[in-house]
Amino acid sequence: MAGNTVTRAQLSEAVYQEVGLSRHESAQLVESVLGRIADALTDGESVKISSFGSFSVRQKGQRIGRNPKTGSEVPILPRKVLVFRASHVLKNRINELLGRGGGGDLIDEGEG
Amino acid sequence: MTKSELIQHLAEMNPHLYQRDVERIVSTIFDEITEALSRGDRVELRGFGAFSVKRRGPRVGRNPRTGAAVEVGEKFIPFFKAGKELRERINN
Repeated sequence: MAGNTVTRAQLSEAVYQEVGLSRHESAQLVESVLGRIADALTDGESVKISSFGSFSVRQKGQRIGRNPKTGSEVPILPRKVLVFRASHVLKNRINELLGRGGGGDLIDEGEG
Repeated sequence: MTKSELIQHLAEMNPHLYQRDVERIVSTIFDEITEALSRGDRVELRGFGAFSVKRRGPRVGRNPRTGAAVEVGEKFIPFFKAGKELRERINN
């Protein structure tokens, strides 16, 4: 894949460009959005973002795993895992752009 | 929680902002992530998680009803891995 990494900094910058808030407040709002999603998930609630995808918490039962190095059996304790399901809109959008040309050369085509 | 409930909550927490600006802020964030993934970029949000795109090579699949072999082309799949902090929070 193209290998660039987008972080909070770019998300804040995009919010800053889009809405007339200060950079500081833009960064805080990005944080609030992520924080609110994390809070809902921590409460066991699913989060559905239309045309993006949904996050939900799934309960996993105990199972027997193996230490791949030694081969010995170790119990994997029951736990909760976070799963993300991308919406069709997101999947289609990604395939529309990456589908032609196989990813690596697409860095400059992103705005399309 | 849906996107509109998320917007509602943020609007209540930020009474000095117009609701439509809160909507734009939330949409901008998800649009930005979508665009990054569409370029093949990774999105890394420390403590929360990372979005990336995985390539699935072309393969020969089967029509489950008829059993006929079908060519399935190369595909790109968005993928999310929860960050350590969020993973631990969910379990406590």
